[in-house]
Amino acid sequence: MRKVYHKISHIAGNVITVEAEGVAYNELAEVESARGVSLAQVIRLAENKVSLQVFAGSRGISTGDQVRFLGHEMQVSGSDDLLGRVFNGRGVPRDNRPDVNSELVEIGKPSVNPAKRVIPRNMIRTNIPMIDLFNTLVESQKLPIFSVAGEPYNELLARIALQAEVDVIVLGGMGLKYDDYLIFKRTLDEQGALSRTVMFIHTASDPVVECLMVPDLSLAVAEAYALRGKRVLCLLTDMTNFSDALKEIAITMEQIPSNRGYPGDLYSQLASRYEKAVDFDGAGSITILAVTTMPGDDVTHPVPDNTGYITEGQFYLRNGRIEPFGSLSRLKQQVNGRTRPDHRAIMDAMIRLYSDYKSTLEKQSMGFKMSAWDSKLLKYGARFEAEMMSLAVNIPLEAGLDLGWKILADCFDKTEVGIKTDLLEQYWPGN
Amino acid sequence: MAENNPVREKVVGVNGNLITVRYTNKVMQNEVAYAHVGGARLKCEVIRVRGDVADLQVFESTNGLKVGDEVEFTGELLSVELGPGLLTQVYDGLQNPLKLLAEQSGFFLQRGVYLRALDREKKWPFTPMARVGENAVAGDRLGSVPEGIITHYIMLPFSWKGSWRIDSIVPAGDYTIDDVIAVVVDEQGTRRNVTMTQFWPVKIPIPDYAEKLLPEKTMVTQMRTIDTFFPVAVGGTFCTPGPFGAGKTVLQHSISRYAEADVVVVAACGERAGEVVEILREYPELEDPRTGRSLMDRSIIICNTSSMPVAAREASVYTAVTLAEYYRQMGLNTLLLADSTSRWAQALREMSGRLEEIPGEESFPAYLESRISDFYERAGLVKLRTGELGSVTIGGAVSPAGGNFEEPVTQATLKVVGAFLGLSRERSDARRYPAIHPLDSWSKYHSLVDAEKLSLARSILARGSEVNQMMKVIGEEGTSIDDFIIYLKSEYLDYVFLQQNTFDPVDACTSADRQRYIFDKVCAVLESRFPFTDKEEARRWFLELRQLFLDWNYIAWDDPEFKQQESAIDKKLADVAAEVE
Repeated sequence: MRKVYHKISHIAGNVITVEAEGVAYNELAEVESARGVSLAQVIRLAENKVSLQVFAGSRGISTGDQVRFLGHEMQVSGSDDLLGRVFNGRGVPRDNRPDVNSELVEIGKPSVNPAKRVIPRNMIRTNIPMIDLFNTLVESQKLPIFSVAGEPYNELLARIALQAEVDVIVLGGMGLKYDDYLIFKRTLDEQGALSRTVMFIHTASDPVVECLMVPDLSLAVAEAYALRGKRVLCLLTDMTNFSDALKEIAITMEQIPSNRGYPGDLYSQLASRYEKAVDFDGAGSITILAVTTMPGDDVTHPVPDNTGYITEGQFYLRNGRIEPFGSLSRLKQQVNGRTRPDHRAIMDAMIRLYSDYKSTLEKQSMGFKMSAWDSKLLKYGARFEAEMMSLAVNIPLEAGLDLGWKILADCFDKTEVGIKTDLLEQYWPGN
Repeated sequence: MAENNPVREKVVGVNGNLITVRYTNKVMQNEVAYAHVGGARLKCEVIRVRGDVADLQVFESTNGLKVGDEVEFTGELLSVELGPGLLTQVYDGLQNPLKLLAEQSGFFLQRGVYLRALDREKKWPFTPMARVGENAVAGDRLGSVPEGIITHYIMLPFSWKGSWRIDSIVPAGDYTIDDVIAVVVDEQGTRRNVTMTQFWPVKIPIPDYAEKLLPEKTMVTQMRTIDTFFPVAVGGTFCTPGPFGAGKTVLQHSISRYAEADVVVVAACGERAGEVVEILREYPELEDPRTGRSLMDRSIIICNTSSMPVAAREASVYTAVTLAEYYRQMGLNTLLLADSTSRWAQALREMSGRLEEIPGEESFPAYLESRISDFYERAGLVKLRTGELGSVTIGGAVSPAGGNFEEPVTQATLKVVGAFLGLSRERSDARRYPAIHPLDSWSKYHSLVDAEKLSLARSILARGSEVNQMMKVIGEEGTSIDDFIIYLKSEYLDYVFLQQNTFDPVDACTSADRQRYIFDKVCAVLESRFPFTDKEEARRWFLELRQLFLDWNYIAWDDPEFKQQESAIDKKLADVAAEVE
């Protein structure tokens, strides 16, 4: 029987301090108040003063309430029974079905030994040309979608999840609107993908502290599956909410903020999550696709900025389209040389011409005269946006490449596209 | 190591990776201690002492530590083991061999597992150099073993003070690193055994040399922009700041592969694990053209990636520079590449925050600048006591928040380095790699090429950029043909000389001779006058010349086609020169 402590001496924000003995750092506790029982986690020890962050928030906790330490850290089941289930940010089912308590694993395990990683080599097909053709997603990659509120980033995540050839999908929702959660659930259900999905959902109305656990829970489960040889896709939305929760706790704990109020360890905190993306030497893999909304559409904001330094590229989602400029998959070179011989050539040529189209647009708006070449570019740009960039397009890579050739041939002469002669001879339509 | 009984004290506070210990005995600043939790011993370092408590940073996760847990103080500073077998190794920030760790604990870096840095089984063919009866001081060479292509000298440990007489030394033969190879006696009659290894505290520079010299010789990195425009000296320092995606890591990898150094230490400090994996998996397969052996044979990799504990990240750059200094003592030129020093500075900031120190700019600690300059000052060209030269060259990547070079880490670094290779987003977006900005960057070292020609090339780049800015406002129509040709010249110089394709086997590395040769050819164009009156005609001519030159860059130096391509270029130039006359 564990000892119960009564002496809560300090309550501020979502953090309480209790006087207790023999408590371990990072240990879990249960706080029993008039509002019910809430989980809490030890975040600082100083002599006999133990500070805990309370998952349900400190509202309604009185100085006389009970704190019972559980003697273990946060754990989650890594068993196959999780598939098709939905949990909240504490790992408690939110689908009115029984708890899963088998094969418990601790969350936030140590990092993977770099010597046990392998160089990523498999493409993940999404059937979105802007990804497959231009910025290929690679198994074990960590990639954020930089976007702003109002953009269809959650729809994009759901779509990639459905079309990606992976064994298991783990969805971690942080500060998710309840509607978005329902949309995710319905979309996955309709497409029959729910049975290979595990969801950890923290909605916008749930206590902030619960948000902090979502990435760790999701990634611990993903890791358990990957170690059993599964290819796991982990979706995290929205990491800015996670960072804001970190900020809230750090300020409550009177930590010195570094940049716009965020704690100095924001980089390390984000990195320890993103770095869980891995291709194990002799087991499965974890691919992480995360959403980072940019406050004020500012990429130099600390959250997207730190994220960019950690992840292997980024997708910019703007005006409902994945931007060709700025978007980058750092790992695409590992795979796009082995898809089809014309892949890299089409990728480079189409982007270069699209960039020329953009400067022609500028010229046009400034009232300069349009040459014959400019008119060709304008025609090309419009078709590129409609047939390649639109998220409504849903075609496999090979069909996308063929479409690329067709668009080029419809708009330009062979000599104008700057592609090597042998490829032109092989692929130019109507040869 | 543990000569005296370790002192045991108790934990009184835990805050992230910082623990507070109440001590009863004495403690030393930067002393190493071990915190006991469950069955594990977690390595820590004393970073502050206040009254009767000491604050220690823990190099591992502190989960599960309790108030009252035991901490064992060792009385030693944080040190690395130096000896034969360091080359080809992959270590974490505390010199744990990662491959052995993987064999022992599998996929994950289990906390509290520390392994010996060097292989104790392997036998090295030792040749004695010192004789019985001779006197030796710290750093003197007692013998040598071959380590790959280099001669690894076994030296009297750097920390042994005073003069020692050699009482005995083993004959030539095969010995392990722990075998006693010599016995020495000092003036007081103290006898000590010398083995092939020794320990040295990482945060203190190895002081054993006659004098520090001015770095004057260019270190050839085979990157044209660097060697010709912004050179790095043997024993010098440089930094490569840049926003994310500008190609810092690709540039560092490329330098580590092609730079003409004897030993390369790569410190992957707080960056992506995937990038280290590329080095780990590819370097053993790649050939070092200078020696014909695997590239790994001259490399040591220190990797403390972003998800590994932050305190060890702080230690990792010191570990790396200490290893580089050790090989300098053998009369070698070593190159240390740290990617990225910003992560190291952030580690300082995290600890400073936990210590609740008064923050400086962007809450970096006030001592940030002095730490950064201490680190870069460990570079240098030195004359050893044997008269040989040895050097440590340091290149640090900097990852400024928001790509803004005004931030404290970049600014503090700029004060102490000899060359600034600033990477620009503008150039990387335009796919102009390496994205080193040709106008903002600078170097205080000597270039490979003639200074007069270099200043001509620089002025063309500057003028070309001005014309380009002007054309954005007044359009091409409003630009004079002379200005337009200057712009074309600068674009041409950029495309054929500054830009270099890292993924092409020939273009990726340009030897010093070839750089001088093609730079002369490039300058011939820059100096020429042209007869063009029509801009379109001028543009076409330059595009054609550019194509010839680019193809030339892709042809190997010793290939017969090299001369053929050159004559095609010469002809094109001669044709236009004839027109002028």
